[in-house]
Amino acid sequence: MKEQLQKDFYNSIKNLSLSQKDIEIKKFCLDNFIDRGFPNRKEEDWKFSDLSQIIKNNIGELSFYNDQASTNKVDTSVFVDGLEHNKIVFINGRIEKIDFDYEKKDQIEIIDQSETINEFKNSNSLSDLNNAFTNKCFKILVKKGYQLVKPLIIYHTTNSKIWSKNINLRLNFELDKDSSLRLIDLFNDTSEKNFLNIFYNFELKENAALKNYKVDKFENKNIKYSFNNIDQDKNSISETFILSSGSNFSKNDINCNLNGVYASAFVNGVFSLNNDKHHEIRSIINHLTENTKSYQLIKSVLEQSSKAVYQGKIFVNSDAQKTDGYQLSKAILLNKESEFNAKPELEIYADDVKCSHGSASGSLNENSIFYLMSRGLSYQQSRELLINGFLLDVVEKITDSEIKNLIKNMLGIKE
Amino acid sequence: MDNRQKEINNLKDYKYGFSTDIENIQAPKGLNEDVIKFISNIKKEPTWMLEFRLKAFERFKVLKEPDWQKPKFPKIDYQDLYYYSAPKSMKDKPKSLDELDPKLLETYKKLGIPLQEQARLNGIAVDAVFDSVSVATTFKDELTKQGIIFCPISEAIQSHPELVKKYLGSVIPTSDHFFATLNSAVFTDGSFVYIPEGVRCPMELSTYFRINASNTGQFERTLIIADKGSYVSYLEGCTAPMRDENQLHAANVELIALDDAEIKYSTVQNWYPGDQDGKGGIYNFVTKRGLCKGKNSKISWTQVETGSAITWKYPSCILKGDNSVGEFYSIAITNNHQKADTGTKMIHLGKNTKSKIISKGISAGSSDMTYRGLVDISSKAKNSTNYTQCDSLLMGNKCGAHTVPYIKNKNSESNIAHEATTSKISEEQLHYCQQRGLNPEEAVGLIVNGFCKEVLQQLPMEFAVEAQKLVGISLEGSVG
Repeated sequence: MKEQLQKDFYNSIKNLSLSQKDIEIKKFCLDNFIDRGFPNRKEEDWKFSDLSQIIKNNIGELSFYNDQASTNKVDTSVFVDGLEHNKIVFINGRIEKIDFDYEKKDQIEIIDQSETINEFKNSNSLSDLNNAFTNKCFKILVKKGYQLVKPLIIYHTTNSKIWSKNINLRLNFELDKDSSLRLIDLFNDTSEKNFLNIFYNFELKENAALKNYKVDKFENKNIKYSFNNIDQDKNSISETFILSSGSNFSKNDINCNLNGVYASAFVNGVFSLNNDKHHEIRSIINHLTENTKSYQLIKSVLEQSSKAVYQGKIFVNSDAQKTDGYQLSKAILLNKESEFNAKPELEIYADDVKCSHGSASGSLNENSIFYLMSRGLSYQQSRELLINGFLLDVVEKITDSEIKNLIKNMLGIKE
Repeated sequence: MDNRQKEINNLKDYKYGFSTDIENIQAPKGLNEDVIKFISNIKKEPTWMLEFRLKAFERFKVLKEPDWQKPKFPKIDYQDLYYYSAPKSMKDKPKSLDELDPKLLETYKKLGIPLQEQARLNGIAVDAVFDSVSVATTFKDELTKQGIIFCPISEAIQSHPELVKKYLGSVIPTSDHFFATLNSAVFTDGSFVYIPEGVRCPMELSTYFRINASNTGQFERTLIIADKGSYVSYLEGCTAPMRDENQLHAANVELIALDDAEIKYSTVQNWYPGDQDGKGGIYNFVTKRGLCKGKNSKISWTQVETGSAITWKYPSCILKGDNSVGEFYSIAITNNHQKADTGTKMIHLGKNTKSKIISKGISAGSSDMTYRGLVDISSKAKNSTNYTQCDSLLMGNKCGAHTVPYIKNKNSESNIAHEATTSKISEEQLHYCQQRGLNPEEAVGLIVNGFCKEVLQQLPMEFAVEAQKLVGISLEGSVG
């Protein structure tokens, strides 16, 4: 893999106009990655999902070079109907379109940050890989007091031109004081067997509000890793919703730092898996100052031999008195081959806190099915009704009604 | 000064902190094959036992000390320890208690463990282990009548080799982790219990461990076998003198329950915790594992962990037999600079297996406490259930309390429920108690005992009283 990485690396930087210093930094990251390789089960964070093995089994040899010179045609049929929205379109990892038609142009700034390196506190070797190979990186700045009128949808699409490739993306967002952003990540892949490595960094200033919905619904054979780093100032709110369903393998990693008082973070997720899919959500909420709040709810419905993993951690610093932290994960295993693993973790250094977590997994409740069937529903109907109700609980947590309806439609949940 | 205050003052200092001046036989310092042969030789062990030890030692040489635990400690120099230490008077084993060194009897009297049977403790059979050897086992005759074997393991190796050979290392193999393997290589003494088919052990069996010599590691090995349809309740207590250096205690405990058998294992661990600045104290790195081998068998662990500088142990159950049950009840209290990383593993292999985990952690002062547990339901363990509850109580903002459960469910017909909470003693509860005339310390004691009640209830009567007092004492000075 080493030779491949180096060859692809030189091919990639050849086409970019980078300063010597940038090249060196990228080279440094590359060497780090070569050193550590893809994460494997020996690393605690990857205990339940051995990425190195998964890539080997699903993809085999990866190539890292992407020809970014030629443009791809934007396929407008993937755009969401019935919801007016701003767009950023990534095709095969290349930004093809940035469109903020509905917004005041002077309130949003798009800054090219390609030369800066992201340094994440909880870094793994994938951040090195990302730093070494991303060639374009933008920062989207929402200016003070501006609240985006329409949601922003980021389309992550891949087309059949690529296979067995590693695609690296990076985006930074800054939400200045009193601003707000609704962001939907929509994955739509027609390609096969690629590894997507996505890094987002969010900076939320005082009173800012971020709503991020990640929707991976459409069947595809890709492997995805997505990392969100969220830094939150006083009074800010972040809401993350993850619909994890379509990819062969997907891991959503969320690291949220509650730096300012009264900051709050919400992470909700739905796993709806079939076949032999393997998905994971890992969240770390760092309560770093007093009076902060976090709430997490993860629900899974697992069919066939699918596997879901939830690793959630609530960390409470010794200064973070009056912290309120809650975490709940529930799973329904529908097939004897399916598997649910959880590691809900509390690490607490302050005494005046209220922190709890719960985790439950098991089969569909026979009594509930009996109840419904005795009222005339068929077995299949009762099952569907129960599963819908189970998942609806999480979807109802979405605070934006437009997007809630969109996601309900996608899941086929009727009320 | 009222009575309680007096009692508290008496107990405030670690009352088991004395050491007994007694002549010792020690193995040469360090760890090598010669030392292992020395231990095996002095115990007059058969060759298969020596081979068992040497095999473990071979494995030990390639193992690395684990470092994933939360409480970190300075590197232990395994060559700077004595692996065998015994009172000289034990060389020619005394035939009865009357021949026992009076100094030893005195020590146990001070510890509140009367070895003389006339001063019997409500019918509890005690096996007392002093450093590396078992010094006395009481009530032997009465137990023998029922066919129960309760003796030091070194004796069992001689007198019941077929049982030891069959079961030793069957739950904790010689190829296990670092500390367990070390124990397999150098273990010195411990208790052996065999309950024959269909016998309900008429009294509580108890082992009392005491580390006396300095610079000594204590490596005891306990093996309990409950044959078909039998029942036994076993208690374990521990103390050590106050010393400035850290001492290592790495025991292995193996439990085997055959069809319809039940083993109840209770521990009150009160090793020397170190002084207020965290100097000295015992490193309690123990491997405890029970195997529910037969159908309908049951193993229940209850532990009250108040001592030790570092407690690092996970009493586990392997639920292999169908319909078997595993239970784990734990109270862990850390104060001052104590650290604990404890919990359990419940491995469900058989059908209809059930497990229950109740863990209560209390941390005060600058201490740090971690619950770490694994619940693993394998794909064959149909219809199994687990219920886990871990509650932590924090006192002050210099301490930490952490919960790290690993939950693996590979069976759709099985259910796992886990809940954990972390909080502090509520002002309202304190206010309520104080309003009714309790002083703050009494109020905290009362509330904490209430918090632990679910676990304390599981302890045998005699232990429960001691444990309740210990809970109060361990938290001395952490309020107000």
